[in-house]
Amino acid sequence: MKRLLGASVPLGAALLAFVLGSIMILALGENPISGASAILEGAFGTGDRLAVTAVRATPLLLVGIGITIAFRARVINIGGEGQIIAGALLSTVVALVIPDTPRIILIPLVMIAGMIGGGIWGAIPGALKAYASVNEILSTVMLNIVAVQLMNFLLRGPMIDPIEKNGSRIPQTERLSDNAAMPTLVEGTRLHLGVVIALLAAVIVYIILWRTPLGFRLRAVGHNPDAARAAGISVERNITMAMAMSGALSGLAGVMLVFGSESLRLVTDGGAAGFTGSAGFNGIVAALFGGLHPLWTVPSSFLFGALLTGATELQQALQIPAALAVALNGLIVLFVVSSNRLRGWLDDRLNQGAFDNETAELRQSKDDGTDHQAEASTVHEPTP
Amino acid sequence: MSEFFTLSVLIATFASAVRIAVPYLLAALGETIGQRSGVLNLGVDGVMLLSAFGAYYTVIETGSHLLGIGVGLLIGLFMGVVYAVVTVHLHAQQGISGIGIFLFGLGFSDLLSQELVGAIQPIKKLPSLAKLPLVGSVFEPLEDIKYLGELLFSHNLMTYVAFALVPVVTWMMNRTTFGLNIKAVGENPQAADSLGVSVERTRFFAILIGNALAGLAGATLSLQLGVFQQNLTNGLGFIAVALVYFGAWRAKWVMAGAMLYGIVTATRLQWQARDIIPNSASDLAAMAPALITILALVLLAKRVRGPAALTKPFSRH
Repeated sequence: MKRLLGASVPLGAALLAFVLGSIMILALGENPISGASAILEGAFGTGDRLAVTAVRATPLLLVGIGITIAFRARVINIGGEGQIIAGALLSTVVALVIPDTPRIILIPLVMIAGMIGGGIWGAIPGALKAYASVNEILSTVMLNIVAVQLMNFLLRGPMIDPIEKNGSRIPQTERLSDNAAMPTLVEGTRLHLGVVIALLAAVIVYIILWRTPLGFRLRAVGHNPDAARAAGISVERNITMAMAMSGALSGLAGVMLVFGSESLRLVTDGGAAGFTGSAGFNGIVAALFGGLHPLWTVPSSFLFGALLTGATELQQALQIPAALAVALNGLIVLFVVSSNRLRGWLDDRLNQGAFDNETAELRQSKDDGTDHQAEASTVHEPTP
Repeated sequence: MSEFFTLSVLIATFASAVRIAVPYLLAALGETIGQRSGVLNLGVDGVMLLSAFGAYYTVIETGSHLLGIGVGLLIGLFMGVVYAVVTVHLHAQQGISGIGIFLFGLGFSDLLSQELVGAIQPIKKLPSLAKLPLVGSVFEPLEDIKYLGELLFSHNLMTYVAFALVPVVTWMMNRTTFGLNIKAVGENPQAADSLGVSVERTRFFAILIGNALAGLAGATLSLQLGVFQQNLTNGLGFIAVALVYFGAWRAKWVMAGAMLYGIVTATRLQWQARDIIPNSASDLAAMAPALITILALVLLAKRVRGPAALTKPFSRH
């Protein structure tokens, strides 16, 4: 029953968004059915399209599973955009400094660099929240701005492509070393190793959250910080840790955006979205839609990747701007978070209390986390 | 550098700082009212984008700036109703719903501008009062006063509206029943409720006013720039939210924060235009406000307490 309830929210939200999207397409003077088929065709039509969908889903998935960690520890990470950029920058620096390192070493190195960059960018607001009571929503938003300007500065100055320096001065790096490029998995498509790495990461995050002491501590801190503290868990350290891990995964998303791209370089258009494609925000959408469960975030990210890829086709076939997808994402978020009260009310009737669940979970070693699905999209309030 | 420190350049910089501060100030004042009632609205940026486009498109169609501002205000009110229902009545998590509103505004304003306008099309910028008939006859001679004229009398309507709203908001919060109710439901909704204050209704109207001001902020932004493009605000609305914390939930300090942003930005633009700093350094300078805000948050977080019920939905049991 609980599981059914857990699934009803994203499905209901998707249905509502679908209806509203159809109305928008109608209002733009097009047939919603041909709109929907253009999206489906664009996202799944050919093997190559499918590959593009998977590639577009990859950063969403990485950011999304990071979000599940942060939110489960009751930290609201809105800094995905900045963490993506920080990861992309540091990994690009590595690829620029040691371009001739063999592939087998360089690829892991750029990935580690990206995770460190994003991890630092996440750990800062985490530590500020834990040790200085700074609201993480604000600090992450501010750090997004800092990251964008840092990227603009580096790409217009120290890291600019030497050719551009004396040419049109497009703020971008030179084409990075092929040794750092994500290897293509299926020849002739854009499907690259990053997709597999993101899937692996989702499994690893799931294991960390529900099979390790670290994951237990993180969730305990999120569930009831006072009780966790009483049990000897350092709330401060775990909040910082959750944000660092969340940031590291976003940083890895940044690596995929650079080293999984066809142009194989870091380019800025002055804003964040030009490089990230708003993955830092869309990843939140994917995570919420997946009930804040790392494994459910996989199909959820794929769905949103499909929406984004399909929207491109929508623009080409019917001249409907791809921005429609962004607007729909926003509506889906609103629907998902708005459904909590209704669900909470239903939950109350099905449960006796959260405490019983938690103790049951402690006893149940076979707990696979799906129980949390029901409570999952009840995003905990941040303590201001 | 020396050419920057002449009186006329400094005054021109300050005058443009005042104008730059206006959208920040309007949006942050609105956010202050909402947060005082206990509701965080992170969707300001999205509301601003929608109203910025609405105002811009209205001016393209009708040529009337006033009508454009009115449309911006209406869009703000409409989004306010949406946000109030979502957060107050449906108890949605506020930080995340705000991101939903932001994404919707970002995408929908872009969609509309591509559909309805297409290629970027500049419009007549919001004129200074001195250039208008009627009021212009008062403002024009005043604008000619050396230095002081440019500083005080060279601005557009929304600049005066925004700064005039600072004492109005202060008065409303401290001297009217509605304002005191807002503070009460933001601090202790249970107590307010037991005294017969409707928490839901008070928050509803606080959010409505807040979003209306965000709407005005968006309209002002596009009309001041005379243009709309995708993601025109570039995070301005998020900064406005931070300014509320920066200003410790008090209108005059929020104004000080908005002015600080205005001055930093205007100085940077002035230096860039005069080649005092290279373009790349200007990017670094653009970080300054965000870094200052983080620093302020660190220093203030433990000293200044926000509304106790901020981000907490209210239900009666």
